Amino acid sequence: MTNNPHISIQHLNVSIGNQLILNDININIPNKKVISIIGPSGCGKTTLLKSFNRLLDDTADVKVTGKVLVDGENIYDPNMEVTHIRKKMGLLSQRPYPLPMSIYDNVAYGPRLHGSPKKSELDELVETQLKATGLWNEVKDRLNAPATRLSIGQQQRLCLARGLAVEPEIILGDESTSALDPVSTSIIEDLFIKLKEKYTIVLVTHILRQARRVSDYIIFVYMGKIIEFGPTEELLLNPKEELTKEYVKGYIS
Amino acid sequence: MPILKSNQTSKMKRFRLLKDKIYSKLMLLFTILSVSVVLVIGVGLYYKSVPVINNSSWGTLLTSSQWKPLKGLFGFFPFIMGTLWVTGIAIIIALPLCLLTSFYITEYAPNRIRKILVPFVNLLSGIPPVIFGVWGVLFIIPLIQNHIAPHFVEFSTGYSVLAGGIVLAVMIFPLIVSIVCEVLNTIPRELKEASLSLGATKWETIKKVSFRKAKPGIVAATVLAISRAFGETIAVLMVCGNNAVVPHSVFDPGYPLPALIANNYGEMLSIPMYDSALMFAALLLFIIILLFNIISRVILTRLERKLAA
Amino acid sequence: MIRRKIEENFFRVLMVLATIIVGGSFFLIVGTIFYKGVPFMNLDMITKIPGGGFYIGKEGGVLNAIIGSLYVAGGATVLGLFISIPVAIFINMYLGGKNFIANSLRIAFDVLFGIPSIVYGAFGFLIMVYFGIKASLLGGILAVTLLVIPILVRTLDEVIRTVPHELRDASLSLGATRWEMSKVILRQIRPGILTAILLSFGRAIGDVASVLFTAGFSDNIPTSLHQPAATLPLAIFFQLGSPVEEVQGRAYASALILTIVVLIITILSSILSKRFSKNIK
Repeated sequence: MTNNPHISIQHLNVSIGNQLILNDININIPNKKVISIIGPSGCGKTTLLKSFNRLLDDTADVKVTGKVLVDGENIYDPNMEVTHIRKKMGLLSQRPYPLPMSIYDNVAYGPRLHGSPKKSELDELVETQLKATGLWNEVKDRLNAPATRLSIGQQQRLCLARGLAVEPEIILGDESTSALDPVSTSIIEDLFIKLKEKYTIVLVTHILRQARRVSDYIIFVYMGKIIEFGPTEELLLNPKEELTKEYVKGYIS
Repeated sequence: MPILKSNQTSKMKRFRLLKDKIYSKLMLLFTILSVSVVLVIGVGLYYKSVPVINNSSWGTLLTSSQWKPLKGLFGFFPFIMGTLWVTGIAIIIALPLCLLTSFYITEYAPNRIRKILVPFVNLLSGIPPVIFGVWGVLFIIPLIQNHIAPHFVEFSTGYSVLAGGIVLAVMIFPLIVSIVCEVLNTIPRELKEASLSLGATKWETIKKVSFRKAKPGIVAATVLAISRAFGETIAVLMVCGNNAVVPHSVFDPGYPLPALIANNYGEMLSIPMYDSALMFAALLLFIIILLFNIISRVILTRLERKLAA
Repeated sequence: MIRRKIEENFFRVLMVLATIIVGGSFFLIVGTIFYKGVPFMNLDMITKIPGGGFYIGKEGGVLNAIIGSLYVAGGATVLGLFISIPVAIFINMYLGGKNFIANSLRIAFDVLFGIPSIVYGAFGFLIMVYFGIKASLLGGILAVTLLVIPILVRTLDEVIRTVPHELRDASLSLGATRWEMSKVILRQIRPGILTAILLSFGRAIGDVASVLFTAGFSDNIPTSLHQPAATLPLAIFFQLGSPVEEVQGRAYASALILTIVVLIITILSSILSKRFSKNIK
């Protein structure tokens, strides 16, 4: 694809208990693009996404083999610092999960962990990230209100701002719009398209239209295997594999 | 023929409905009776303690240190302080240990270890108070007498508020651990993942997210544990020396309220006003524990409802 | 980064230590009881009543206390069931189980559960004096019944709540009255009732403060409800205070017996409740 992949996955196998969830995954994810992972539910999409920042570590009985290289570093290397990897990636989950603190503290949470920034620096950073996610005008008068008072759509944008505040390189989205109303969904989608100038974005989605609207490339996963990987239009309109064709037409779901 | 049949069924139906009604009233009666035990206990104890309250006053009873039943002097201050000392020591020991244990069980422990640990905490909660008392006498008392106290004071028999506090602490371990674990388990995994994916360590996530989220539950568990410690009788009575003076150090003996009631019930009837004074002690315990229990149960019920919504 | 890593590891070690202390306390207690109790354990302990008075006599065992405890705990549990089954059914079937009144009643029983046994004992004694009952098996059973009702009600309540709503609705839509449906539910939750019985029995057999003034104490096995009865925990408490070494030994052996009985009951009830539902404590 590109000469310089941002994330490179080599022979990745993930099993939980006796069940093989991901089977020999090999893929290169290009830099500063939006990539969608699609596939029927239970096919391993979310597991694949979580393997990128080692959130699988805490799952019971999980076994991971193979390599995931981010910027050339294998994140499954035993000497690797987990917090260092996770800081590189912002995660946006299915539903917004604001931390139990104020709007301001939510955004400042990450930066405070990784250093002791001055109040003025923090103020500036919070404002920048809230502006980047289009939330600033809506919340600037109540930064100290609990984050849970915001609407679901606002909360999800806050979670995005919170993730951006640690200056990641990659944004991971796990069906990030599935709990949102259409208006909030399109705001988030527009944000993704805008943000790819600076970030590599990997999204899990089961909505083909969404994948088509926002992504440059699509990965189709079925039964723990990557069936096809290619540019969006090509994969959706002219799939090479029979399984992809059937999924896109809606025969398997 | 069909008419007769329908008559029969309607008769039967009436009988069935009547039966339902009778049983319903009967059950209502049982429910009211068993719940009103709270009220009856309160009223009964108050009624019995009226003589001693009239004789002195609430203020004197609560703040005086004069305990001379033969002269009609009933100052509960040493007993109240004894109760506060043992309860305080128990909570200071148990709370940090239990919080750390609960965090370990819910966040760190591998499944295998968790499956072994939880049943043992459960078993601990089934052990009767008197066994804790025996253990206190056989293990804690010599430990304090020979190994702990000599570092701090010249002489101690071991029978002290510290011994009472330690035994109580172990008794409330299961209570605190089970409630806090339950509350921690209701925190959504995604919330912790959100913190982790921002680069927080597990401990930072516990400290800043889980702890904050579980705070009401932790408060409720603590209040419940305090009220449990307040009322515990036999185990404390066996190890804390039972000396009616206000303790000034952890190695001093103390005489908590429940122990006072238990120790003197037999002979109280021969001294005037003595039975009334002991009933007053029971009333005090009852009121405090009732309040604490209501507070913690309301917090826990609210929390449960909030998390279910 | 290094500071954060040190902090993480420091607290991890602290947590493991705390867990070892909390989990280990169980072994420490049971270990102490076994270590002291086993040397004094013999067949006489469970087959004979104490010879020459429980406080000074060196001969015999604690059969009087074992039987007395079984009587008190058994009687209280049976009596408690008669009261608490209707209450649990009333809360769930007649009040619907999920409204304000039902929840307030649950809190009330939780609060009753929290009232210490010494208060039940003192209150029981008051009642006995009022009615002119002397310290006896009957008095002990009555006081302990008050103690176990909240346990029984709350456990049964939890169990009934695990019965799927579909079953109730199905039975009701067939035209059953609520009482008839309750009988169906009761048959459904039989293992749950057994759990409640075990929990109540376990609590009743180990409690001292409630029987201290109500059941009295005797070296003989009671033959009627109006005779005083010894109980195992009280026997432990009294014998431990004796200056005679053999009697103290009998206290250790009694403690061993009580511990084993209670552990078996706890294990049985947790196996049962695990099979039935995850929510029962």
